[in-house]
Amino acid sequence: MLETEFCNIKMKNPTMLAAGVLGSTAASLNWAARSGAGAVVTKSFGKEPNKGYVNPTTVEVTGGVINAIGLSNPGVENFKGELEKLEGKVPSVASIYGANPGDFESIAVQVQDMVDAVELNVSCPHAMGGCGAAIGQDPYLTAEIVKAVKEVVKIPVVVKLTPNVTDIVEIAVSAVSAGCDALTMINSLGPGMRIDLETAKPILSNRFGGMSGPAVKPVALRCVFDVYEAVEVPIIGVGGIRDYRDVVEFLYAGARAVQIGTAVMYEGMEIFTKINRGLEKFMLQKDYSSIEEMIGKSH
Amino acid sequence: MHVPKVLEIKRIIEETPTVKTFIFDWEVKNELPGQFVMLWNFKDEKPMSISLIDPVNDEIGVSIRNVGNFTEDVHSMKVGDKLGIRGPYGRGFEISGSKVLAVGGGIGMAPLMAFTEEACRRGIEVDVVSAAATAGELIFTQRIKKAGANLLTCTDDGSHGFCGFGTDLAEKALHENDYDMIVTCGPEIMMKKLFNLVDEHKIPAQFSLERYMKCGLGICGQCCVDDVGWRVCAEGPVFWTDEVRLISEFGKYHRDASGVKHTL
Ligand SMILES: Cc1cc2nc3c(=O)[nH]c(=O)nc-3n(C[C@H](O)[C@H](O)[C@H](O)COP(=O)(O)OP(=O)(O)OC[C@H]3O[C@@H](n4cnc5c(N)ncnc54)[C@H](O)[C@@H]3O)c2cc1C
Ligand SMILES: Cc1cc2nc3c(=O)[nH]c(=O)nc-3n(C[C@H](O)[C@H](O)[C@H](O)COP(=O)(O)O)c2cc1C
Ligand code: FES
Repeated sequence: MLETEFCNIKMKNPTMLAAGVLGSTAASLNWAARSGAGAVVTKSFGKEPNKGYVNPTTVEVTGGVINAIGLSNPGVENFKGELEKLEGKVPSVASIYGANPGDFESIAVQVQDMVDAVELNVSCPHAMGGCGAAIGQDPYLTAEIVKAVKEVVKIPVVVKLTPNVTDIVEIAVSAVSAGCDALTMINSLGPGMRIDLETAKPILSNRFGGMSGPAVKPVALRCVFDVYEAVEVPIIGVGGIRDYRDVVEFLYAGARAVQIGTAVMYEGMEIFTKINRGLEKFMLQKDYSSIEEMIGKSH
Repeated sequence: MHVPKVLEIKRIIEETPTVKTFIFDWEVKNELPGQFVMLWNFKDEKPMSISLIDPVNDEIGVSIRNVGNFTEDVHSMKVGDKLGIRGPYGRGFEISGSKVLAVGGGIGMAPLMAFTEEACRRGIEVDVVSAAATAGELIFTQRIKKAGANLLTCTDDGSHGFCGFGTDLAEKALHENDYDMIVTCGPEIMMKKLFNLVDEHKIPAQFSLERYMKCGLGICGQCCVDDVGWRVCAEGPVFWTDEVRLISEFGKYHRDASGVKHTL
């Protein structure tokens, strides 16, 4: 009843672990899979090991958290060692980042046999050195990277978009024209910041970071809704999902699957099973027999 | 809300040449021995076990060994200087049984000190094995005795108490006494040896683990352990023997800030 799919990748339910929330090791990805996630996305990794920013890298704000972890990861070579240990219970997506088409290309080629899809992170709001949103805010750069990756890999290429743009539809259309197979929306919002009252110091060492959690959901939902009307490719919704009701909203807005990040902090890994149970009950009540029937219903 | 509270250092106790305890006013609610806080010096933020939980005077304390940039900076601070604290985080020790053995190595004594005081308050008989390199590095000796626990010391160089490793002394204590439970914190090599020992003796035990931490909130994944994937900051830092058994990296390796593995 909960089955869904995107780019011919079959999922037993629409929930996925979002990039960067746990997911730095096979162990935590397998744990999410065993805990009921329909698919898992890795932490974004790049060419070389990266320590990320100095702590504090996270702080809570009203309605969520802001984080500037700074894309810490052990680099593609080490990450391949993790991907090898994936149990394969559910589809896996490798989230990758780089500074230019060449970076993305080389990483995607190296991992394409080990995962079901790649998700291009061109949307991290606090990445260093021309990575992340610096790319995803520019429709031409985004298209260039999509084209480069599409040329070298056989598996589906998903692009994760940033909401921090004037017109997300323009970026989405550009990514789709360049050949991407699906879109994930949204990466964390902002950047935002939080300042300590006693000392007047910004709390994050990076001063600002990306906002996630319940407060970003309305923005994410609107992005999914707008882009659904403009493109044909499948959409994966993410941002502030905490229970099955949030998932229903994303499906109605046009998402075929959803990712869950910050809610793992509030609810633990049990979140996936909880959401799936709630969703099934809701569908029975409303007489839906498949996820498909709910997708895009608000349009 | 997981936001650092900026507090003045109320008291500083020089425990040894390398360890100081920093005490803060804190409205004690249900802080548990074994839980930790994230300590912010406005340049960096590190996890620190709570070594003092005083619900009567509403104070908490952390005990810090000076080993690097962060700890050196905190060690240079004076009473009245400010630090940010958020927490408490993680799962602490379960306090039960009527006779308990606590085995601490070096600064690993920090959470065990809070444990010992709380357990003694509850009328539990506690034997504490405190291990250090040399006599001058043994911490909390007075506090342990004042709490009413039985202190067994050992030093690598024999300058105080038993000469040898904490695990050797723990083994001796295990042969001579019946314990309902063991709690331990210290170098992982030491805890690994103790793990094998308690497995043999079939005594329930809790281990406090240390892994690289960024968020402390269970969201960044930096502290996840193989093969179970659990977060040391959320599912731990305290784990029971049967849980430790599933942590395949225990006693073997850990990961650094970028997630690269290092053998112990
Ligand atoms: C749950 C927990 C409780 C702890 N309790 C105490 C305590 O009570 N007293 C105490 O002195 N120390 C404690 N530590 C260790 C402490 O957090 C720091 O790791 C240590 O003090 C490093 O100090 P430094 O930055 O000055 O040294 P550095 O030279 O920068 O680091 C030394 C080593 O510490 C480790 N380390 C550095 N940063 C972190 C980090 N963010 N998270 C985890 N490990 C890190 C690394 O293995 C590093 O190689 C605890 C760690 C954890 C995870
Ligand atoms: C601690 C943390 C780390 C993240 N790291 C990444 C990352 O590496 N790559 C990425 O594409 N998104 C990353 N994100 C963004 C999430 O995948 C997600 O898009 C965002 O948090 C919104 O969803 P949520 O509200 O469910 O958390 C991270 C988010 C958080 C909170
Ligand atoms: S330190 Fe971030 S999940 Fe544990």
